[in-house]
Amino acid sequence: MKKTVFFGALAVAGMAAGVAAAGTLDDVKARGKLNCGVSTGLVGFAAPDANGNWEGFDVGVCRAVAAAVLGDPTAVEFVPTTGKTRFTALASGEVDMLARNTTWTFTRDVDLKFEFVGINYYDGQGFMAPKSLGVTSAKELDGATICIQTGTTTELNLADFFRANNMSYEPVPIETNAEAQQQYLAGACDVLTTDASGLAATRASFENPQDHIILPEIISKEPLGPLVRHGDQQWGDLVRWTLNALISAEELGITSANIDELAKGTKNPEINRILGTEGDLGGMLGLDKQWAYRAIKAGGNYGELFEKNIGENTPIGLARGLNAQWKDGGLIYSPPFR
Amino acid sequence: MSSMTDTPRQPFRLSMLIYDSRYRSITIQVVALIGFIAGVAWIVNNTIQNLATLGKSPDFGFLLEPAGYDINQRLIEYHSQMTHARAAFVGLLNTLLVAVAGCVLATIIGVFVGILRLSKNWLIGRLMTVYVEAQRNVPVLLWIVFLMAIVSEIPPRPADFRSGEAQMLFDSIAVTNRGIYIPEPLFANSLGDVTVLKGVLKDSFYFSISLDLIVLLAVFLGGLVISGLIKRRADRIQEATGERPTTWYLRLGIVFLPTLAVLYMLGFHLGYPVLKGFNFTGGIHLRNSFVALWIALSLYTAAFIAEIVRAGIMAISRGQTEAAAALGLRGGKIMSLVILPQALRIIIPPLISQYLNLTKNTSLAIAVGYMDITGTLGGITLNQTGRELECLLLLMLIYLTISLSISSVMNWYNERVKLTER
Amino acid sequence: MSEQSYVRDEMLPELPPPATEVGVIGWMRENLFSGWLNTILTLAGIVIVYFAVAAALPWFLNSVWNANSLSECREILEGEAGACWGVIRDRFNQLMFGFYPHEEQWRPVLAFVLLFVAIAPILFNPMPLEMKIAWGGFIIFGLWLLWITGAPILAHLAFLVAGLALYYEPWARKMLFFSALYPFIMVWLMWGGSAWYVISALLGFVIGYLIYRLLEPIMGFLIAVIVSVLVAIGWWFFLAAPFAAWMAGIIPLELTPVESRKFGGLMLSVMLGVTGIVGSLPLGIVLALARQSDLLIVKTISVGFIEFIRGVPLITLLFVASTLLNIFLPPGTEFDIILRVMIMVTLFASAYMAEVIRGGLAALPRGQYEAADALGLDYWKAQRLIIMPQALKISIPGIVSTFIGLFKDTTLVSIIGLLDMLGLANAIRATTAWNGIIWELYIFIAFVFFIFCFAMSRYSMYLERKLQTGH
Repeated sequence: MKKTVFFGALAVAGMAAGVAAAGTLDDVKARGKLNCGVSTGLVGFAAPDANGNWEGFDVGVCRAVAAAVLGDPTAVEFVPTTGKTRFTALASGEVDMLARNTTWTFTRDVDLKFEFVGINYYDGQGFMAPKSLGVTSAKELDGATICIQTGTTTELNLADFFRANNMSYEPVPIETNAEAQQQYLAGACDVLTTDASGLAATRASFENPQDHIILPEIISKEPLGPLVRHGDQQWGDLVRWTLNALISAEELGITSANIDELAKGTKNPEINRILGTEGDLGGMLGLDKQWAYRAIKAGGNYGELFEKNIGENTPIGLARGLNAQWKDGGLIYSPPFR
Repeated sequence: MSSMTDTPRQPFRLSMLIYDSRYRSITIQVVALIGFIAGVAWIVNNTIQNLATLGKSPDFGFLLEPAGYDINQRLIEYHSQMTHARAAFVGLLNTLLVAVAGCVLATIIGVFVGILRLSKNWLIGRLMTVYVEAQRNVPVLLWIVFLMAIVSEIPPRPADFRSGEAQMLFDSIAVTNRGIYIPEPLFANSLGDVTVLKGVLKDSFYFSISLDLIVLLAVFLGGLVISGLIKRRADRIQEATGERPTTWYLRLGIVFLPTLAVLYMLGFHLGYPVLKGFNFTGGIHLRNSFVALWIALSLYTAAFIAEIVRAGIMAISRGQTEAAAALGLRGGKIMSLVILPQALRIIIPPLISQYLNLTKNTSLAIAVGYMDITGTLGGITLNQTGRELECLLLLMLIYLTISLSISSVMNWYNERVKLTER
Repeated sequence: MSEQSYVRDEMLPELPPPATEVGVIGWMRENLFSGWLNTILTLAGIVIVYFAVAAALPWFLNSVWNANSLSECREILEGEAGACWGVIRDRFNQLMFGFYPHEEQWRPVLAFVLLFVAIAPILFNPMPLEMKIAWGGFIIFGLWLLWITGAPILAHLAFLVAGLALYYEPWARKMLFFSALYPFIMVWLMWGGSAWYVISALLGFVIGYLIYRLLEPIMGFLIAVIVSVLVAIGWWFFLAAPFAAWMAGIIPLELTPVESRKFGGLMLSVMLGVTGIVGSLPLGIVLALARQSDLLIVKTISVGFIEFIRGVPLITLLFVASTLLNIFLPPGTEFDIILRVMIMVTLFASAYMAEVIRGGLAALPRGQYEAADALGLDYWKAQRLIIMPQALKISIPGIVSTFIGLFKDTTLVSIIGLLDMLGLANAIRATTAWNGIIWELYIFIAFVFFIFCFAMSRYSMYLERKLQTGH
């Protein structure tokens, strides 16, 4: 008799599952929700607040896509993923896109069959050490104990760096960022290594941030960006151009404050094209004309997202650096909307 | 009630497959088998289809490619350029290490606590109850992470040793928040190692065995055997003459003197941990992750073992002790000849199944970053190669092999001590 | 001869016992210092207790409840060591319910309190006196829980009626029906949506049963079973959904749908534990019977399954659930991760359940089997009427301890990224406000688990004593 709960659950599941295997865009529209894979908790990039609302830089990208597709930035289902589960969650269709500070690498793109739609943060792996250790360069770390987060490219970079410099080290692999931070603060490792943005974010949350230095060496390139499955070009284009719209908006000075004004029409044709007052770029994506307007309106342009979540006025306090617009000497660059 | 023919040779009819109990069992089995095969075929078919859509095909070739990552605790030689299979092997040895060490410590603690819980001492009885209940009613994963927090938060840092804030115990053991450093045995005139399986499968499975250790073990075991022979002889003499020759010093000497002599010849000495650079070097480094996992699993399992031991001892009725005493046996003999054989028959089967649980629980190592087989093969290798199917199949197969070997030991024991009943 | 007598003829007054044998001192001599070994043990115990208290007490005494971030806590404490329970106050709701919508949280609470109503008739029939009193307390507690989570009046009433029904003897037995219905009610309450889907799933069973009753006299047992199962399956696959949709159009019985992704915190652990145990009961019974049977192939399959599941750690099965289960299912099927974990946990528990029930079957005296045979009952009748009721009854303590084990093991889902309490602890530590907090969350989680598991294990011990009928 108790078998029923099982079938009951299956029945409910069957209904919740809906139709798959059509285009992702149609799926998302039919579902009315965007399933977005994020990290289980990384300061500034994705973490739930007390009311269960997710916040952060990666979360902002998800919301922008949801706003573009569904017209509602809150129509996102955030699926927390670990380093291990993120790729299978995406490959199996459990999430429609992954915005989980994932490094764009050859094997992930080609062998694991994912499509990186762009780069929303240029990062690199760095080291943080307490000032009292008296270390000024990563080259002096021979024999050090190093905390690393597993399931990332970090451990491979670290192995390569130390081998290339003919140094030895003691890796302390750790599953989550919170755990890594605790171990580092307790002195269970001399050095903490992860992406430089993560290091800054972590340092910012310390009681005495000034007691720790981030070593100058950046030992790897870590272009982080959202990714989707191979094989669904329409969906890939959509996520890619949503991200580009956020970037272009900053370049062109479209902000969430002035966007309503600009949407009435401006002299700049590119702004008009983005905001849908000229041409029909949205139609080509399978959306309406207002898609980019909504995406930008959701959380602001790229710069606003950056400032709000990880920028210099937040506790994390990251400088724009490489992530400044190309005009300002950074690498953030969107292809033209034309 | 149509026909009550009692002809024994009815012609075979199809319905007999269901209604004739001679055939019914075959029918049911065939149906079950077909159902089972169909189910498996369905899953395999789905898997092939799904993998085809993902553009993957099952392939174990990745195991022989360079792993690219480092492992801190390695019982055998390993570096990041060795294969994934090698990394898995390192992980497997780490799993076995913590499992064996955990079983030993859990047994010791469990037996102690089990006996102490029976003590009439009010305070000790209460303390032991609190310990057992706290362990049994809180998830083991929580204990593991909690212990990890303790071992990395509370002991002094290596830097504190440099500044003199912390001292080594007996100048030889350093308890730091990176783990415990203890002296290691070294041999000045070492005989070297034998290396096995070198060159097989891109050096994935070779390992070295220290000849010193083999010689030592051989000599020690030889001593034990000879000592056993002496005891036999003493027993014979006692039975024949009623007098037992005093042999304890002879036996003690034969067990220990040759071993000590070999130790001396090999130039045995201890290598002490020394503070050098960032860390202590030399000595044996019991890492935090290992210590936390080991202690947490041992404490957790020990609580269950304590209950088993207590139940085992309480199950032997007082009458047994009294009867043995009436036979004129002394305390030690009563324990070893009457109580223990009976209690052990009750204790050992559940004890072995606790060992099995502990071994399976070592897979929680992943929560504290101890690089066991789940952390290497099922963790970093899986993450880096994206070969979930292959990695998890292998991983489960390995655990299954370990579990089945443990339970076959248990079955063997059960078979041996089984009482014949109706 | 003198009449002198050396025999005392009046009683001596009773002397008080020596001061060392009574009172505190006597008690201490008896219980703490009877012999040198005991004295050493006692002293060692005192030292341990002293150090534990000295380390933890100031920290507990300096507790801060009113803080919204760790830095606020640090300010209030001004450098002293102290516990910052503000994190628990801040995140209590999340730790209990995960991301379940705030205004709907009475639903898991109602499902939770109704769970007890469903279990009670299975455990005692009729209710002993001391339970009647405890039950009254529970009803009040349940109503209070419903009230603080803002449940509608109807929910209060439903619980009150169901709870009071157990008091009324003629109804109490009928409440077993409620136990059978409970899984459906729970599914509806937890996931919401239209009640008709659940009802039409239930109707499948009813239809199957009716057809069985109709056909059994005509066509015999086996055919009736096969036909009724086929009809029921046909109903579920083809007619159930349209029927439900049609009925929902006529009489809407709607609750806001909540996806299982939103489940989290303690609620997730309880859900996983309960679905695992409830789902594994029928599977476990089948597996146990198969393992006991003489049919070689059936037995082999069952033994193979049980040994496989018991031979691998749960975490590997959870990895399978999180990364592989979708690959094993037909292309296009998509369960979200929590449902997949529920399926896996059910399979996992069923292997253990099978062993518990097998133990119950083995513990039954052979005479029971022989008596059933002597009565001329066939296999299924013997199982249904004689063997299973007794075997299940003996197995109840085993089932409870399986449940405790399973409930504790649900913490493992944090490793595959589900946000149960332990998983949430990591997520909470990743927010800027609570970054760096360690002990408070662990201690709180351990405390919650302890309360639940300790209560259950004590209760199972009580049941064990209660269930011993004779011998």
